[in-house]
Amino acid sequence: MSELIRVGISDYAKAKAPNILVTFALGSCVGICLFDGATKTGGLSHIMLPDSTQAARNETNRMKFADTALVDIVRDLKGMGAARLTAKIAGGAQMFSTPGIGNLGNIGERNVKAVKAALASLKIPIVAEDTGKNYGRTVYFDLSTGVMKVQSIGKTTVEY
Amino acid sequence: MITNYEELSDMQIDVLREIGNIGAGNAATSLGMLLNDNVNIKLPEVSITDFNTAMDAVGGPEVMTVGVLLTYHGEANGMIMFLLDMEDAKNITDILVCEGNEEEGLSEMKLSAIKEIGNILGSAYVNSIAQITGLNIEISVPYVAIDMAGALLSVPIVEFGAIGDKVLFINEGFYSSCYELASEVIMFAEVETLETIMERLGLGG
Repeated sequence: MSELIRVGISDYAKAKAPNILVTFALGSCVGICLFDGATKTGGLSHIMLPDSTQAARNETNRMKFADTALVDIVRDLKGMGAARLTAKIAGGAQMFSTPGIGNLGNIGERNVKAVKAALASLKIPIVAEDTGKNYGRTVYFDLSTGVMKVQSIGKTTVEY
Repeated sequence: MITNYEELSDMQIDVLREIGNIGAGNAATSLGMLLNDNVNIKLPEVSITDFNTAMDAVGGPEVMTVGVLLTYHGEANGMIMFLLDMEDAKNITDILVCEGNEEEGLSEMKLSAIKEIGNILGSAYVNSIAQITGLNIEISVPYVAIDMAGALLSVPIVEFGAIGDKVLFINEGFYSSCYELASEVIMFAEVETLETIMERLGLGG
């Protein structure tokens, strides 16, 4: 029996086939699916911000930031026997069309950049990407196949 | 010295609750004037909650929702977001905009009416901060988007994510003889603003 495991905002989960990981309604946040095909082991991370060095000094949730989350997850997945990881990423939208609302500018774009940089430094190739634009995305990650399914309102579901 | 919402004392949280209560009262009065009707409020539920609970409280992260976002600035800085149920948004704009109701989504005119309602609600809440603190605050024009509730809510959450995992969450309901409007209000204040508010009320740390 496969289990559907929910990943919240600033959260992550790891699992093996036949389980499915899901994270709902990514806006400017980014979902990162990491997968090892040989062991059918993977993780789904829902990061919220690019850079942990800008956090409040008592911040403890490493899963909130692209730079810290991916390091931890890759370590965990390697511990589960995943040797060769690939990544599929989704999210990083700009939900409100006016640029520069608040202080962060286009945070979605910056999140995507930070995720790419973090993956590059961990030497993990990105094999699929559905990022940017201006709508929310729900991501299902099936560990039997490594397929990332992206659902949005009023759009065709896409499988990567 | 406050560094995030988790460090607020019970008394300070009560102040935020009171801001929410006054805001909802102001909002009902203003909506009543706009709709030319007697608008009542249900007792608003005000809570400090974490992101993921807030996502669930808006009816589930994937529910199609109308979001109105405003920023406020001046002596107090932050953001306010209103989430309206799609049906409620259609019903209330039917009162304001005379046109057919064949469209699936919301027409340009109706979106514009939603913006105006967002403006009124935003002013109502910002005025509640101004009323109890005497601070001078201005608000931005409202921005509107229709999408999954969770994706909309993530915008202010991300903006203030660097200062903690909790948000001020107000669940309010308005009703009159002919319609009902449920809305979630999420108020965010910068840490400095929280401090200023508390200091003004003699509750500074």
